[in-house]
Amino acid sequence: MLRIPCPWCGPRDEPEFQCGGQSHMVRPEPWHEVAEATWGDYLFTRQNPKGVHLERWGHVNGCRQWFNVARNTVTHEIVAVYGMTDPVPASVAGAKP
Amino acid sequence: MSGSRLASGGCVDRSRPLRFTFDGRAYTGHAGDTLASALLANGVSVVGRSFKLHRPRGLLAAGVEEPNALMQVGEGDWSTANLRATEVELYEGLVARAVNCWPSAAFDIGAVLRPFERFLTAGFYYKTFMWPDWHLFEGHIRRAAGLGRPSTEPDPSRYETHYAHCDVLVVGGGPAGLAAAVNAAAEGQRVIVCEQEPRFGGRLLWDSCTVEGKALAGSAASHWVDEQLAALDAAGATALPRTTAAGYWDHNALTLVERVTDHLGPNAPKHLPRQRLWQVRAGRVVVATGALERPLVFPGNDRPGVMLATAVRRYLGEFGTRAGDRLVVFTNNDDAYATAQAFAATGGEVVAIVDSRAAPAAAVAARAAGFTVHTDAVVYGTNGRPALRSVKVRVGPEGGAKTRTLNLSADVLAMSGGHSPTVHLFSQSGGKLEWDASHAQFRPGAAVQAVHAVGDAAGVDTPMTPLWTVRGSGKAFIDFMHDVTANDIELSAQENFRSVEHLKRYTTLGMAPDQGKTSNVNALAHMGEVTGRTPDAVGTTRYRFPYTPVAMGALGGRQRNELFRPVRRLALHDWHTANGGALEEYGGWMRAAYYLQPSEDPHAAEQREALAVRQGVGIFDGSPLGKIEVSGPDAAWFLDRFYCNTVSTLKVGKLRYGLMLNELGVVIDDGVVARLAEDRFLVGTTTSGATRIAGLMEEWLQCEWVNARVLVAPITTSIAVITLTGPKARAVVEAVGVDFPCDAASFPHMSFRDGHFGGVPARVCRVSFTGEVSYEINVANSAVAGLWQRCMEAGAAHGIAPIGIEAWMLLRTEKGYLHIGADTDGTTSPQDIGWSQVLKRDVDFIGRRSLTRTANLAPDRYQLVGLEPIDGAELRPGRHLRGATVSSGSEGYITSGVYSATLGRWVGMAMVRGGHARSGEVLEVVTGGKPFKARIAPLCAYDPQGDRLRD
Repeated sequence: MLRIPCPWCGPRDEPEFQCGGQSHMVRPEPWHEVAEATWGDYLFTRQNPKGVHLERWGHVNGCRQWFNVARNTVTHEIVAVYGMTDPVPASVAGAKP
Repeated sequence: MSGSRLASGGCVDRSRPLRFTFDGRAYTGHAGDTLASALLANGVSVVGRSFKLHRPRGLLAAGVEEPNALMQVGEGDWSTANLRATEVELYEGLVARAVNCWPSAAFDIGAVLRPFERFLTAGFYYKTFMWPDWHLFEGHIRRAAGLGRPSTEPDPSRYETHYAHCDVLVVGGGPAGLAAAVNAAAEGQRVIVCEQEPRFGGRLLWDSCTVEGKALAGSAASHWVDEQLAALDAAGATALPRTTAAGYWDHNALTLVERVTDHLGPNAPKHLPRQRLWQVRAGRVVVATGALERPLVFPGNDRPGVMLATAVRRYLGEFGTRAGDRLVVFTNNDDAYATAQAFAATGGEVVAIVDSRAAPAAAVAARAAGFTVHTDAVVYGTNGRPALRSVKVRVGPEGGAKTRTLNLSADVLAMSGGHSPTVHLFSQSGGKLEWDASHAQFRPGAAVQAVHAVGDAAGVDTPMTPLWTVRGSGKAFIDFMHDVTANDIELSAQENFRSVEHLKRYTTLGMAPDQGKTSNVNALAHMGEVTGRTPDAVGTTRYRFPYTPVAMGALGGRQRNELFRPVRRLALHDWHTANGGALEEYGGWMRAAYYLQPSEDPHAAEQREALAVRQGVGIFDGSPLGKIEVSGPDAAWFLDRFYCNTVSTLKVGKLRYGLMLNELGVVIDDGVVARLAEDRFLVGTTTSGATRIAGLMEEWLQCEWVNARVLVAPITTSIAVITLTGPKARAVVEAVGVDFPCDAASFPHMSFRDGHFGGVPARVCRVSFTGEVSYEINVANSAVAGLWQRCMEAGAAHGIAPIGIEAWMLLRTEKGYLHIGADTDGTTSPQDIGWSQVLKRDVDFIGRRSLTRTANLAPDRYQLVGLEPIDGAELRPGRHLRGATVSSGSEGYITSGVYSATLGRWVGMAMVRGGHARSGEVLEVVTGGKPFKARIAPLCAYDPQGDRLRD
């Protein structure tokens, strides 16, 4: 069971959160110019790194705020937490979104 | 084998006898006994039957690793299956039965299989019962192979869950664990130390150990244990006996199972739970779980009387019980010599020590002490039925010129194949295991969490030389609990199931309730022997939760029955129950399915309620429908994207029905939105969508449209809703009284008014789910009971009836109004339900691009249509539809179907392949019996022009 440091509430147990999957997804637009394959990638293609993964989590059973988490998929260590609109921190630069 | 209680020694209280029964026979043990030690002291040699072959089995071990003595303990509702006798503490009146045998372990009918056991090799069942179909045989085989039986009655026991935090969690209360806990506590750390046994001390209870440079044994050892416990107590540490660390999860979260009153039996004090599940978050974990001894693999090693050397020693030391009178020790290491010494010290006869090593130093000392020691020697067979009478020993290499064989009379054979550190929790934590070839064991390697191992769990350094298998005639067992032999491993290798994962599944090795505690390393090593690899090259499987079996009740805790999850009751709950409402859970709320009148059945109630709405007026508690207030300068912009239809053109004071999609273009919810002001909307959702949709709005606003100035406020539970519906609804509304005109011209359908209802502030919405004139009256929860009562009084003249969910669904089906989740599923697009007009919108709403994906435009998609019965067809939901002329498969299925008293026939809605282009086509309704026919028709069967609801 992960212990996730919510930037607003501090460390809380995993059941308080919802994982929103890979972060930094760019929504292709305008919709009428988006190729079917591009849209398919946006819907279905995701990274599956062995190492640091950038993902978004919502404290849905707490303060209801969403934020970014850089989590090592091997050790489950959370190496960085940052705001939804913040750039990827230098400490995890190079990690796959 | 003739075990007996010694006159003195051990932790048992000889002044406190306890009576118990095993397989129907009465015995007496003592306070401090386990069921296993009491059986041994009573001379019971056969304590169980093996899983597959029904071979008689005795105790192999004294701890949690015991593979043979599986017990059904207790009777009736207080009955637990597959407990290891070594873990069951004796209490007065305990009733135990060996599992997997009938009528008893000593005389087992299932043993008729034994003459055939040479055929019952690995994979036998799968190979033999292939034709015509494995499933034909599976049930019979599983019954024959089953272990204990769960009680079929509800568990009367209470279980608790406890959350705890600590700086250091020490798992294991033996010498290493106690020392680690005391040291951490002395540094001011918050410490929890758990011990799976009833007594702290571990090996100190029955063996001599060197602790912090001092050799401890006997009373000095128990004094040291008492000192440590006192120190922990003084430092405020938590010491938990009878507590197993069963699981090790991410971020140092561990699950402990504390057996609070199991040892007191069914008459335990009622104020205490039976078990308590601890969820612990620890800063650091110290694994002090000790080591498990391995059996040696030789023919006849499963005969009752063949035991682990440490088990023989532990029964002597901790329980004052000697497993027999004449002992042979068979070992490949130094540790088992201590068993010979302990056995002799109590007056038992040590016939010989058989050591597989050529010239071990330990043999010199043992001979000097008067023991007979055979070196370069092995046990290659055993005799005795059912229990051990003699041991066949070969001294010298197999076939050697000077090799001789001996037949030694013995009733106990203590074997030791070396030790395996108990690395289960360390492995669960994600830590790597390293193979130590010189001691033939897996030790904890690099950790990925804040954890380290101490004591024997970190590695056992007893001098040893591996001896993996001894050849000879007869079965040599590796996994005792699942009857896997050395030959099965060889067969597995021969048939190319060589990887550890294949080996495990092909032979079922290590998959029994003991999870291979005594067998894993022996199996890997033997697979290595026959395939020319080292055990680490064969590999290990990752250990998983739980370390030992955990009761389902402990995992459930208090979340049973009415506490399974919070029950949500409406403000009018008491009225509903007092007026015949049959309450069921809908979307988390307790709502009335129907209101039964005397001598009425549910179907009659549903029909009566529906007719009341069509002919007069009905009153419905619509409070749980989702309500979300969406406000801000960009609220209209946002809702244009959140709904697949346009919201921004809605005028203040008006209502509009809308659909919400996900990014896949699938319909996820529907409802009516009200524009309260230019920058303020009230979004209605389905009952079950209330929380989900508000959450999705937050997610889109925070993660995608981060600059939109919108506030989302879920307000479902702060407002109660009384819905009056039917041709007489207006009359009731006017009778209770509103402060605005109510005629159709000044208050038309799909608009709302803010004002007062019966003098109470209210928002009244004209929106209809029944097809009749309807008023949804939103008021404060505190006011709803009084207003509801006034509506009932005002409606009495018009035959007002409270409406349950069943009639509500009947009415909407007559109108062809869809119900999300019933008429739609996780593939339904707006086009599929007839909303092709959304394709004309240029706005990039959620799911917009998906609607024109090739798959979404396919002509043979499931599309929602109405169904009209032919010749009295019953259109029950779930029934499949078949082309009337084509003998093909299903063309679709009925999603909603009701009998309409108003129309005098069934009304249905269905998902049909390409259904929109098939209007008028006749389909066959598959019933399992005589099929019916039905015609594809418009969705709306009642008042298709909508004159009644606009009135």
